[in-house]
Amino acid sequence: MIQFFKDVKIDWLANRRAFIVVSLLLMLIGLASAVIRQAVPGGTEAFNLGVDFKGGTVITVQFRQRPTAEEINRAMTKIGVKDAIIQPVADKADQDLIKLPQQGSGEGQNQAQVDIGRSEVKKALDEAFGPEAAHDKDLNSDPQAAYKILGTDAVGPVAGRQLRNQAIAVTLLALLGILAYIGFRFEWTYGAAAVIAVFHDVLVTLGFFSIFQWEISLTVIAALLTLVGFSVNDTIVVFDRIRENRRLHRRESLYDITNDAINQTLSRTVITSGLVFLSVLAMVLFGGEVLFGFSVALLIGILFGTYSSIAIASPIMVWWQKRVEAANLRTPPVARSSSTSAARPASPRPRAGARRAGA
Amino acid sequence: MKKKNLLQRVIIIVVITLVGLYIVIGPRHRPTRSDFTWSGIKNSLRNNIHLGLDLKGGSHLVMRVKTDEYLKRLADGNALAAEKAAKDAGLPIKGARANTTGGNYQVIVEANDGSQLQAIRDEVQKKTDLNDSSVWGASTSGNTVTWSISGTAQRYLSQQAVDQALKIIDSRLNAVGVVEPVLQTHGATGSNQILLQMPGIQDPERIKSLLGSESRLELVHVISPPSPSPIQKYATEQEAIQSLGGTVPSNRRVVPYFDRDEPTAGGGAQQPSPDPNAKKPSSYVVIEVPSVVDGSELRNASAINSRGGGTDDYQIQFSLKPNGAQKFGAWTGANINEYMGVLLNDQIKSIAFIKSQISDSGEISGRFTKQSAEDLAVTLRSGALPARIEYLEERTVGPSLGADSIKAGVTASLVGLALVVSFMLFYYRGSGINAVVALLLNMILMMAGLIIFGATLTLPGIAGIILTVGMAVDSNVLIFERIREELRTGKTVASAVEQGFARAFVTIIDTHVTTIISSLFLFVFGTGPIRGFAVTLVLGLVINLFSAVYVSRTIFIWLLNREGRRPDALSI
Repeated sequence: MIQFFKDVKIDWLANRRAFIVVSLLLMLIGLASAVIRQAVPGGTEAFNLGVDFKGGTVITVQFRQRPTAEEINRAMTKIGVKDAIIQPVADKADQDLIKLPQQGSGEGQNQAQVDIGRSEVKKALDEAFGPEAAHDKDLNSDPQAAYKILGTDAVGPVAGRQLRNQAIAVTLLALLGILAYIGFRFEWTYGAAAVIAVFHDVLVTLGFFSIFQWEISLTVIAALLTLVGFSVNDTIVVFDRIRENRRLHRRESLYDITNDAINQTLSRTVITSGLVFLSVLAMVLFGGEVLFGFSVALLIGILFGTYSSIAIASPIMVWWQKRVEAANLRTPPVARSSSTSAARPASPRPRAGARRAGA
Repeated sequence: MKKKNLLQRVIIIVVITLVGLYIVIGPRHRPTRSDFTWSGIKNSLRNNIHLGLDLKGGSHLVMRVKTDEYLKRLADGNALAAEKAAKDAGLPIKGARANTTGGNYQVIVEANDGSQLQAIRDEVQKKTDLNDSSVWGASTSGNTVTWSISGTAQRYLSQQAVDQALKIIDSRLNAVGVVEPVLQTHGATGSNQILLQMPGIQDPERIKSLLGSESRLELVHVISPPSPSPIQKYATEQEAIQSLGGTVPSNRRVVPYFDRDEPTAGGGAQQPSPDPNAKKPSSYVVIEVPSVVDGSELRNASAINSRGGGTDDYQIQFSLKPNGAQKFGAWTGANINEYMGVLLNDQIKSIAFIKSQISDSGEISGRFTKQSAEDLAVTLRSGALPARIEYLEERTVGPSLGADSIKAGVTASLVGLALVVSFMLFYYRGSGINAVVALLLNMILMMAGLIIFGATLTLPGIAGIILTVGMAVDSNVLIFERIREELRTGKTVASAVEQGFARAFVTIIDTHVTTIISSLFLFVFGTGPIRGFAVTLVLGLVINLFSAVYVSRTIFIWLLNREGRRPDALSI
């Protein structure tokens, strides 16, 4: 039998302060990147939002002979489009992305935005480089053609705003659902700890996206949702073991039980996360440009999702659960079930405890 | 575990597997031998799995019906009718106007004095749509009567306009033969949006202008001295207004006249013209409001080659329904030698004088090209859109781009799968086979599920599959690790397997239900890609409970019940 971890006895919770500090630092760095980028005028923005969320037009063009970015820019300027961004596709030597930013921001701009893109670019390229391949032909089968528009994404400001709000709202709702279910199956402190951990993972991942200015598109949102799933999954495996151990060893402290649970599930954690990490690494390496944002978000997310179930969710749950249990213990049953405790001057402590637990 | 139980389990699994496999690779028609060759299977597979536009190629359009325009037109029209009704009845009013600012849609009639207010209100309601109390709420104050459309009625009317637009768009798509379009309302209720997906269409320009064309046709009386005097035209809008004494009365309108211009199928102001000079109206004319007949009275419209014109000189021939024909006949009979104009989307396309009574047919000339004439005929036949539409989102994916995405997704998935499979076999040895069988079965059944529910496979959907594979492996790892743990405590193999499954099952249920709950939120409240992700994920997880727990368990039962097995050995 091959066994990676045998009878590990690591005191994970002893390092809780270090874990929390590391996580806070990571989140702060990401936040700082976002804030500074947003604050510095004329620079980049907090996040490099794609057209899906910001509005604008992206056109993928395949050239027979790829011109330089300056040449394309000159062609665009010639017909009056000034701030086009030309971005070569990394893994395709003959393709370029031509990005036209959002035109204006009023409601009436929707139409203009969605309409100008393709026809403007076509006009500019036709003039500068020669005709586009015919409708039903690709570049190889049309010897006259100089280029071919492979795809367009034009999103008006209204649709962009809508997609952005929806992505945020839906993620928050999903988190609420998770909170409710874990609260129902375990204790609400478990649920809260799991959700805090997931929040942490999403924030850290977004921080990376701000620092490296990777583009955030709809598929990146799908990746964030995936990592929410993974992270909660990981956390529940540990929590489940804690719940089981508490039933078996009623005398042991929550601290020890949690450490044991993490240690007992450690090999499953490492194997599962390791396997998924490897599959996602395959996506980063072989998935090409299309899947890059998606895979890199997942890669970071899995790393921190695994880390956070051990380093964030568990310590927070232990800390919180201890306070709640202590408060319950100190509160006599009578006082808990009725409001008379407040009227009893002889026992001020339960009240203080209850208040602290509720805070 | 008893043998009988095992047999039952095996039968269930084999049947489900075969059915799933057939759904995925079998043809939808009565199978022939060629369907089970390699190319036959590949062909069926292609037909069975619906790829999303991002993988297959095509156009994705989100549009909004400008329902505010529709409501405004409703208020404007009724204000006009109200004024006419009051004046016809000889009731003293200062005027009627529509107020369509700040989200209000109101018709306001101002009387000379308050005494006749009730009579005016009754008379106007008798003659106009303002009578419809489900839409219009009337109130009086001082010298005015105000009818306004309540918020609820606004929403209801907007919904109606969107529904009508959907029908019209559908008939226009049918008329030009777009294959398998997806057409549905989109976004939150009240956002008045429509989603249109057209597989295989790479350049949606023509369809866009065809759908965007409002095609509001009216036949109107042009105010001019009768023939043989020439038509009274004005060089500028101001000049035309001056001729009316500086203000346009409510029964007159000044509209541009495109004399012999070449209109496009899109027509109207919404299509930016490539050459601004060509679109400048040559002159303006004054017309009478309301129109003689409008597009709702059309029976048919078709494009025909103009007499004596070149091959690229087309015109539209139209005929009217009996009701419209009657109105039209009566009017033309009474107005011989007057000028009549064809008003299309608020522009005069052609003017002719009336030689004799015309009853049910007419022509729109205007040097159309063949395609623009045909497209215009299509839009006229389908009826006028209740309001213009604007495009919020346009995405097109060429087939090669989609193929690249598939290739990237499939390569990455296969490499990932290979890694997972080899690790499981290496680490868990014999039991690793269990995991691999469960994993493959999960993939097959997931595809079958997608096909059964008619779901489309999109790029985010592939993400859902990857997460499912992750969770499927996780289930196996959980179970195996647990069995190993139980074995270490000195249990017999049989009871370790039993305990391992029982304990791990609790965890598996919790992780799966949590993820399913969160994906249900995504499915219910999300659209497009988010939804595609949720569908594959929920499907994959439900199937996983079968493949990773039930199937894997059955394999263990079989292993433990084999003849001649050493009872204390388990390859794990």
